[in-house]
Amino acid sequence: MAWNFEAWNEFKRGNWTNSINVRDFIQKNYTPYEGDETFLAGPTERTKELWNRVLELYEIERQKGVLDVATDIASNVNTFEAGYINKELEQIVGLQTDYPLKRAIMPEGGIRIVEKSCEAYGYQVSEKIKDIYHNYRKTHNDGVFQAYTPEIRAARKNKLLTGLPDGYGRGRIIGDYRRVALYGVDVLIEEKKKDFENTRSNWMSESIIREREEIADQIKALEDLKNMALRYGYDISKPATNSKEAVQWLYFAYLGAIKQQNGAAMSIGRTSTFLDIYFERDLRDGRITEEEVQELMDHFVMKLRLVRFLRTPDYNELFSGDPVWVTESIGGMGIDGRTLVTKNSFRVIHTLETMGTSPEPNLTILWSTKFPQGFKKFCSRISIQTSSVQYENDDLMREYLGDDYAIACCVSPMKVGKQMQFFGARANLAKTLTYAINGGKDEITGVQVTPEYSPITSNEPLNFDEVWKKYTQMMEYVAQIYIDALNIIHYMHDKYAYESLEMALHDKDIIRTMACGIAGLSVAADSLSAIKYAKVYPIRNEFGLAVDYRIEGDFPKFGNDDDRVDELAVLIQKTFMDKLRKQKTYRNSKPTMSILTITSNVVYGKATGNTPDGRKAGAPFGPGANPLHGRDENGAVAVLNSLAKLKFENSEDGISYTFAITPSALGNEEETRINNMTGLLDGYFSQLSHHVNVNVFNRELLLDAMDHPEKYPQLTIRVSGYAVNFIKLTREQQLDVINRTIHEKM
Amino acid sequence: MKGYIHSFESFGTVDGPGIRYVVFMQGCPLKCKYCHNRDTWEANIGKQYTVDEVLDRVLRSKPFIESSKGGFTASGGEPLLQSKFLIELFKKLKENNIHTALDTAGSLPINEEIKELLKYTDLVILDIKHIDKQKCIELTGTSNKNELEFAKYCSQNGIKLWIRQVLIPDYTDNEIDLIKTAEFINTLKTVEKVEVLPYHDLGKTKWKNMGLEYSLEGVVSPADDEIEKAKKILQTKYSIKIDKIMF
Repeated sequence: MAWNFEAWNEFKRGNWTNSINVRDFIQKNYTPYEGDETFLAGPTERTKELWNRVLELYEIERQKGVLDVATDIASNVNTFEAGYINKELEQIVGLQTDYPLKRAIMPEGGIRIVEKSCEAYGYQVSEKIKDIYHNYRKTHNDGVFQAYTPEIRAARKNKLLTGLPDGYGRGRIIGDYRRVALYGVDVLIEEKKKDFENTRSNWMSESIIREREEIADQIKALEDLKNMALRYGYDISKPATNSKEAVQWLYFAYLGAIKQQNGAAMSIGRTSTFLDIYFERDLRDGRITEEEVQELMDHFVMKLRLVRFLRTPDYNELFSGDPVWVTESIGGMGIDGRTLVTKNSFRVIHTLETMGTSPEPNLTILWSTKFPQGFKKFCSRISIQTSSVQYENDDLMREYLGDDYAIACCVSPMKVGKQMQFFGARANLAKTLTYAINGGKDEITGVQVTPEYSPITSNEPLNFDEVWKKYTQMMEYVAQIYIDALNIIHYMHDKYAYESLEMALHDKDIIRTMACGIAGLSVAADSLSAIKYAKVYPIRNEFGLAVDYRIEGDFPKFGNDDDRVDELAVLIQKTFMDKLRKQKTYRNSKPTMSILTITSNVVYGKATGNTPDGRKAGAPFGPGANPLHGRDENGAVAVLNSLAKLKFENSEDGISYTFAITPSALGNEEETRINNMTGLLDGYFSQLSHHVNVNVFNRELLLDAMDHPEKYPQLTIRVSGYAVNFIKLTREQQLDVINRTIHEKM
Repeated sequence: MKGYIHSFESFGTVDGPGIRYVVFMQGCPLKCKYCHNRDTWEANIGKQYTVDEVLDRVLRSKPFIESSKGGFTASGGEPLLQSKFLIELFKKLKENNIHTALDTAGSLPINEEIKELLKYTDLVILDIKHIDKQKCIELTGTSNKNELEFAKYCSQNGIKLWIRQVLIPDYTDNEIDLIKTAEFINTLKTVEKVEVLPYHDLGKTKWKNMGLEYSLEGVVSPADDEIEKAKKILQTKYSIKIDKIMF
């Protein structure tokens, strides 16, 4: 039986009217756009006034650290009265709390972390909340630490495994927020009720019980969502009837999710081309103008810029600059060969011009070499001017995921509404190598972290074959305790901090991945290269632990398009991925791996001693899959070629590369720069590489911003997989960015 | 066949159209006071590479070269010093459909070898050091005779030219000299582009690292309006016939 709503007038019908199928709706109804940017409109007076108000709030927030905290409510979908920036001006409404930038607490992840976060900014969690979560309601964090083994604790404490989501929300789940706009909440509830009835069998197994409980929670979350919208005067039980409602319904769905979960990354999905269908219909019928459409997008994006979570200063060390990864995936191609670029792909990016640059939402272009020229040039121009967008290879990912996937967080692709991941932070593969040499003892603390393996005791130069053998054994162990830790974490997260609204916007049967990650790839590859092609002598401390290395001779370094070392990096990637594949995972999730550090490359480096490649103890790693700072000597294309050798099939959760270049190194004239940027992206992605962050700036600008942050409230730069406000980085991280290879013209 | 190569840049964007794979050849007969690659002067030293080794590197960049309509540029040092090597390399590059450019000061007398090399060269990027012979000697240690003849040869043989003038305050920014340069440029038939490169002292550290004195100490980069003025003069089209030009 097909649904039918007046709201769907003029839309071409299809499978999407019989079952929840947003992709089918898009394919049947969207209008590809092959032109250039000239149709775009500027900001309205309302937008300017609203945005100026936001900038004022930003400044207060910058001075105080956080603007305010609601310490007496455990946030959920339908908590808090309606809040506004300026009710008269806002076309799209809805805030996480009752006041812009005021942060909510979500203690189900862990009450101590919430307390610590509040205290860091001079707040106290209310007595009532403390009482509930200390005495009556257990949290995710409690559960995880009860179940952790001593081995996991040791690996964690010695920073072999870091950033595990055991004390914060795992995030990286994308609800299909478009469903609320297209179908209205009632249809979604109706469908979930059917799923619930069908979830039974002859044997009431644990998994069926869990699933019944989860679906019941999902239905409750959808009811809550309707009530949340009612507080703003909107009934979202039925489909959106026009442009404004489509944006508003979609945003409400997302808002419900960010009121319920303080996830590490709360991405919004792939929404701009979906919304374009509503805009095109209203534009065609003369119900709206281009200025008004841009205004809707501006106000929508403004809301996404206001998303805030309360987090501890420790967390900020790992993922600096208050990121929330409201990642919006833009463009791509359809599997039928039509481009999924629409006018609204331009509009969402154009918000960087109507309201100035911003790290959020994390605008991510799903690049295809087959893109229309107009869009390629537009993206390149915006990159050069704002450093605020990132690129991922649609021609590559489409093969794996079809044409309705989106990026969660930085580089993790997943089919919208059909796939989720268990986020797994990362293992330190540079440290794994020093453990291989030292028999599992930490090179800094001296603690025996792994079971005792035989160390290399000879003082002769390290032998490659011997080191490689021990390294693979050590990887085997690391993979095993790593997955152990993640199984515990995600079991407890499902149990105590389940994302019922986000999961309500998924199909019943979904793909789950166990998204592991690695840090220190280039350090490990260079170290093995040094051992293989030069002579590396261990230098030992009084306990015989190799704590430093003396290198005789030169060796090839990752990032120079030199196969001798690049193949070592490829080998490390494959070997560790194969070890992960062998593990048994929670909910039969499929192990995947990312090469992504975000800003934690600084923290990882700090916690890792001297390495056999000559990197000094404490020095930062390269972010993501980047070469180590300053080791690339042959220019950007050589680096990109090295990166392109890493195989996506062994890192399906993404391979991140961050690239910084000065404007003059891109060419002398604007036209040339745009052409070269486009050429760079096409050249890189035609080789099946995965991701690149592009920064275009001068070192002097960043140095000035360090000293005069008040002059640069919106200065945005891209760091491994996301964008940050430069002035919100710690000083250490600012220096890391500045010292990182910026390709300059000599 | 091996060549002495100072260094490689896989993402050249200023030495020719599109993304360029640039090879900086070792050795230069000039002694420009403002040279920003001082360490490329001495010939026949450093690392040697075979034609195939260089070709392999360039071919790895082919996706970028194709997507940006770029190519290969031999720079230096003075690439003409190793013409034999470059003839072989350029031949092979042309077999692979790669655009070739020569970034040179034309500082050697034209000989058969150079003529042969130019057969495989799609673009010559010619740095006019100084239009005035005496001032040129002062600035570079050598007369401008070779380079002006080189330019004429390119023009006569239909080889595309990009002309460059480094703008150094007090050295190359004299208005009359710039007009003379413009007049000369207008005698050439194959000029596609005329560029003014503002002087910078980023090369200074290289001199210091080699324990050498940098004689342009204290000279600053030209101001924006000076650059604009020079551009205007150099890019003006004159209709002066070649026989009226005095060197």
